[in-house]
Amino acid sequence: MEKKRTAKGDILLIAGIAAAGIIIAAAVLLFSPHGSEVVVRVDGTEKHRLPLTVDTRMVINGRGGSNTLVISSGEAWIEDADCPDGLCIKTGRISRRGQSIICLPHRVTVEIDEGSGGNNHSSSADIDVVAG
Amino acid sequence: MKRNGSAAKKAAVYGMLAAMAIVLSWLESQIPAFFAFPGMKLGLTNIVVLIALYKLGPKSAMGLNILRIAAVSLLFGGFSAFLYSLAGGMLSSVIMILLKKTGRFGIVAVSIAGGVSHNIGQIIVAMIVMNTAAIGWYIAVLWFSGLASGALIGLLGSLLVRRLPDSLFRGGLRDAG
Repeated sequence: MEKKRTAKGDILLIAGIAAAGIIIAAAVLLFSPHGSEVVVRVDGTEKHRLPLTVDTRMVINGRGGSNTLVISSGEAWIEDADCPDGLCIKTGRISRRGQSIICLPHRVTVEIDEGSGGNNHSSSADIDVVAG
Repeated sequence: MKRNGSAAKKAAVYGMLAAMAIVLSWLESQIPAFFAFPGMKLGLTNIVVLIALYKLGPKSAMGLNILRIAAVSLLFGGFSAFLYSLAGGMLSSVIMILLKKTGRFGIVAVSIAGGVSHNIGQIIVAMIVMNTAAIGWYIAVLWFSGLASGALIGLLGSLLVRRLPDSLFRGGLRDAG
């Protein structure tokens, strides 16, 4: 019945959705501010809170294994891990607020936070975007 | 239009679709945490919504979706899960119904739009519930995961819509209009 319809509309719609997604990703990348703290959680509970400005290297003991976290020149990444997939290493370096590295096998997450001063993100608004 | 015995058939067909949706929800919840991001889903139940939308009409699709979300939340989830699914499900249903109504798009494209809008609906609720600024990454990631899963589900759904016999849905079952 609807065989007459050409694929043109479909292609336009899908391309539009993909383009919007790319724009959103780019906007997030450009506008999300750098964080100032690295929060390490194991099984959802906070284990460490480290400043992103101080270079460190530490071993996180997760469930059934460990991950080596490195903080250097304002970026955080997992350098080494004994998990089977090594996804956390492949995730690469993070520095922007809300970015995270997840090691599912060890139940470890490393997240960039805006820093102490509380959970209230509206407190120190040195951001040029109204993020709602 | 004959409507003899259609009430029983209606109950049977709707019941079958609702059961299918619930089973698919369960199946999806059994898939191990392969998706690293919370909220990233395959959206298997959207197959049923697509079938309902294309075989029965928008009202039925919407109704089945609400029923499915309520049942699944009662069975497997809590209240917050209900809120998330409801927001995602309603937004994606409305978007898909509107897109289908234009008659310009095929099932796959409609399903992709549904997948993305489902995730966006969830994020909107998450923004309200969690009051967090770090949600931008979520939007970007879930936008594309919605696109991918929507495409997959759309392909599966279009196969089913094409192959399920229309006789199954005949007899006053379709939405009026």
